[in-house]
Amino acid sequence: MATAVIMPKAGMSMETGTVVRWLKKVGDQVTSGEPLLEITTDKVDMEVEAEASGILLCILKDHGEEVPVTEPIGYLGTLAEMGKSSAELASSSASRPGPASAPALVAEPVPAAAAGGGQIPSAAPGSVRSTPAARRLAGELQVDLAQVSPTGPNGEVRLRDVTAAAQKARVRASPLARRVAELEGKELAGVAGSGPGGRILRADLGQPAPVPPLFSPAEVRTPVSGKRKVIAERLSQSKFTAPHYYLRVAVEVDNLLAARAAVGAAGPKPSLNAFLLKYAAEAIKRHPTLNTAWEGDAIVSHPTIDIGLAVAQQDGLITPVVRDCGSKGVLAIEAELKPLVEKALSGKLLPAEYSGATFTISNLGSFGVDEFTAIINPPGSAILAVGAIRKEPVVDADGAVAVRSRMRLTLSCDHRVIDGAVGGRFLRFLADVIEDPSRLLL
Amino acid sequence: MSDNAYDAVILGGGPAGYVAAIRAAQLGLRPCVVEKDRLGGVCLNLGCIPSKALIHQAGLFASAAALEEMGLAVDRGGFSYRKVFERSRQVADRMSAGVSYLLKKNRVTVIHGTGTLVDRNAVALPDGTRIEGRSILLCTGSRPRELPGFPFDGRTVISSDQALMATALPGKILILGGGAIGCEFAHTLAAFGCTVTLAEMQDQLLPLEDEDSAAVLELSFKRRGITVLTRARALSMERLKTGARVRLEIESRGVEELVADQVLVVVGRTPNTTGIGLERVGIEPRRGFIPVGDFYQTSVPGIYAAGDVVDSPLLAHLASKEAEVAVEHMAGRPTVRHVDPSTVPAAVFCEPQVASFGLSERRARAEGIPFEKAVFPFRAVGKAVAVDRSEGHVKVLVDPRTREILGAHVVGEGAPELVHELLLARSAELLPEDVSRMIHAHPTLSEAVMEAMRAVEGWAVHV
Repeated sequence: MATAVIMPKAGMSMETGTVVRWLKKVGDQVTSGEPLLEITTDKVDMEVEAEASGILLCILKDHGEEVPVTEPIGYLGTLAEMGKSSAELASSSASRPGPASAPALVAEPVPAAAAGGGQIPSAAPGSVRSTPAARRLAGELQVDLAQVSPTGPNGEVRLRDVTAAAQKARVRASPLARRVAELEGKELAGVAGSGPGGRILRADLGQPAPVPPLFSPAEVRTPVSGKRKVIAERLSQSKFTAPHYYLRVAVEVDNLLAARAAVGAAGPKPSLNAFLLKYAAEAIKRHPTLNTAWEGDAIVSHPTIDIGLAVAQQDGLITPVVRDCGSKGVLAIEAELKPLVEKALSGKLLPAEYSGATFTISNLGSFGVDEFTAIINPPGSAILAVGAIRKEPVVDADGAVAVRSRMRLTLSCDHRVIDGAVGGRFLRFLADVIEDPSRLLL
Repeated sequence: MSDNAYDAVILGGGPAGYVAAIRAAQLGLRPCVVEKDRLGGVCLNLGCIPSKALIHQAGLFASAAALEEMGLAVDRGGFSYRKVFERSRQVADRMSAGVSYLLKKNRVTVIHGTGTLVDRNAVALPDGTRIEGRSILLCTGSRPRELPGFPFDGRTVISSDQALMATALPGKILILGGGAIGCEFAHTLAAFGCTVTLAEMQDQLLPLEDEDSAAVLELSFKRRGITVLTRARALSMERLKTGARVRLEIESRGVEELVADQVLVVVGRTPNTTGIGLERVGIEPRRGFIPVGDFYQTSVPGIYAAGDVVDSPLLAHLASKEAEVAVEHMAGRPTVRHVDPSTVPAAVFCEPQVASFGLSERRARAEGIPFEKAVFPFRAVGKAVAVDRSEGHVKVLVDPRTREILGAHVVGEGAPELVHELLLARSAELLPEDVSRMIHAHPTLSEAVMEAMRAVEGWAVHV
C-alpha cells in the first residue's frame, strides 16, 4: 500500500508551497522521519520529512513547481509497487489527497502498537499531538513535547519542531538573560553573546541596566571609519574652500503632486525626487552656469547634467548619480534612480555610480525638516536642499487666503562660478516650472 | 628600537602600573615602568598591605581578653608596638620585593626616577633621559588629602602614611574622617588600647556603605569604647605642648572642645596629577582627576590613565582592572570599554568587617530604582555563633521583576571574602535561585549567603 507524500500545510495562511529540491532519488529507501525534500513558502524554507518508511516510488512535483497544500507530490511504498502509475498509486494510497486525509498523524492518546512501531515511544495519554519521528527524537534528546511549539498542519509537533526546541535549549545564556528574554518575549536564538564563551548576557538583549552606572567615563571616543573620514574631508574641503551663499524660495507643489498622481494612475508612480531631478535638469539646461565647476585657473563646463541625490545610510551618506538627466524623462530617471537608491541603502554602489555629480539634490522632507542649507558636493557648484511639503495658508493672485501645499527650496551656490543673480534666476525658474510645468514648453 | 623606546611606558608602579606592565608583557608588548619611590605603590607600602598586618596583630592582641576569660593570666607588660610596626614593614618589604621579582620574571624594564610627560610619546627623567613609548599609561596614584586648618606636621597632625609609619601608639587620638581608612585605624588603635574618638561629617560611618552595615559597625565600635561622632565637623585646632585641642561642631550637641595626643586626618585622597607634565600634552584635569573615555584613553591619542588618577573609586583592585583594560586596548586585544561599576567590590577590614558591591538601599530610594531586599542575620548562622562572631548580616537587593541581583552588603566576620560568591553570581548573571539551591557546607559563614538568597525568594530556612 503506497503512501502519498503531500505538500504540507505549514501555517494557517499557507495555500501553496514550492518544491525546492528532493533530498532522495526515486528508488531510495526512506525511513520515517528522515528529511525527504525541501520546500519554500512565501514565509519560510523548510524540510519535509517522510511520514512513513518505504521506497520513494515516484516524484510528481519537482524543483520550482508550486503545489496547493495537501496535494500529493510523490509516493512512498514497497518494491512491488515500483513502476505503477500515479493513478494506481493514488487509488491504493493510504493517504488520499485532500485535507481530510492528511498524512499519518497520530492523535493522542493512542496505543503504541497503532502508532506503527513498538520501539517508538508513544506520548503519554492526553498529551500533545506529535509525529512518531518527533516523539522518538524528543525521547533521545529529552525534550519535553509539551514545551515544543508545534508547526504541523494540524497542530502536531513535528521532527523539525523538536530539533528547533533542542537547538533553543542549547543556546548559551545567563539565567538572568533567559529570565529577561522570557519576560520581554524575546528570542535568544540568534542573539550574539558577549559573555565568556559567547554566553548571552542581559545587555546583549538590548535591555538597559536597571541601575544607571555610578561612575562612568567622561567622554566616549569612537575611532573614525574610512567612510566617515572621506565624508569629513570632502565636506570640509568644500565648505572651507568654496564660498557658499544661499537662496531660499517657497514653492507651491499642488500641480507637481497632481502631475505625479496622474502619471501614477497610468502606471507605477514615480518618486517625487525623480520629478525634482527632471525639473532641476530642465532649469540647468536654461542656466548652464549651474553645471560648471571652479578649477582655480579655469572654469569647467560639464558636458552632461549628472544629478546626484543624497541618500542617508546607517553609517554615513552617499549620492547615487543619474547621468545625463537633461536628455531623460521622469520615467527614465525614475527607472535609474530607484535601483541606485536601493543599492545605496544596502551599501552596494560602485564608485562610478556615486561620483562626479555636476549638481546635487538633498531632500530631508521625509524627516519633517522644513528647510535647511546644504554643503556643495564637489565637483558640482550648487546643491538644492528640499524641505517637507506642508499645507499652508497662501494669499493667492486675487488677494484671497487659500490653503496650498508648499515646500521650501534652498540653493547653495559656489560664488566663485555662480553669481547671485545667476543663482537667483535659476531658482526662480525652477520654482516657476514646479508650480506650472507647462512653462517648460515655452 | 633604541634602548629607551618601548611599546608602553607606564608612569607609576602601584597596583595599576605593575599589573599593567605584567599584562603588557603577557600580550607581547615591551613595557617600561617608571617609579619614583617603591614598587607596589601606596597599596603595598603605605596602605592595604601594611595596614592588614597591623589589623591582624591588633586582633591577636585583643584576643588576650578571650584568653583571660579562659582563666589564663596574660601579662601585657612586654608589649612593644615597635615590634608590631616592624612586622608590618617586613610584610610590606616582602610584598614589594615580590613585585620586583614578578616584573623581572616578565622582563619588564623598571626605571627608578621621577618621570614627567614631555610629549605624547615620551616621558623624561630629571637628568633629561628621554623614555619613548608608543603608548603611555598614567597611573601616578594619590596622596592623603589635607583638611584646611589641620596641616600635616607628622607629629601632632598626621596622615594615614604617617600613622602607618608610627613606631609608638598615642594615648588618646582623634580621627577626623569615618571612611574606610578612618574606621580601620579606629579599630586597630582601639584594639591596642588607645582611647579613640572617631568623627565623621556625614550622618553615618562609612558614608559610601549601606546604612545598616554602618549601623552594625557603629554599635560595635561604641560597645568597644570607641567614641563615634557623626555629623561632626572639625572647625579649628590649637596646638598644645603635647597634642592639640580641637574644636568640633557636632550637630546634635553644638561646639565642643576635645584634647588629644594626636589628630589623624583621613578625609580622602588627592590624585597625583600635578607636576607630571599633563599641561605639556594638553590634558586638563577635571576636579584634579584625569578625564578618560572608553578603554581609559585620555583626550590625547596614545595616552591612557588608570587607578586613583581617574575619577572612579580609589580602590587598588579597581586600579589594576582599569590598567588591564587600558593595556589590552593598547595591544589591540578585545576587552571591555570600561569596568562595570556595579561589579566593583569594596571592603573595609575593621571589626566587624564590611564589604559590598552594587546598588545600596539609600541610592535605590533616592533615585526611585525598584528593588526587593532580604537580610539574613549572622546570629542565625551556626558557625558565626560558635566562633563568637554573631554580629552582622548579609543583605541582598534584587530587581523585583527580573530577579537580577542588584547589590549586596555584608557586615560581619569574613564579609570581604563572603561578598565574592554574591559578586560572582551578579557578574555571571545568576539568579538568587541559582545560589539558593546550591549546597553550602555546614557549618560555614557562607550559609548566610545561601540563606539570604533563599530569603529574597521567600523561603529562608533558619529564620
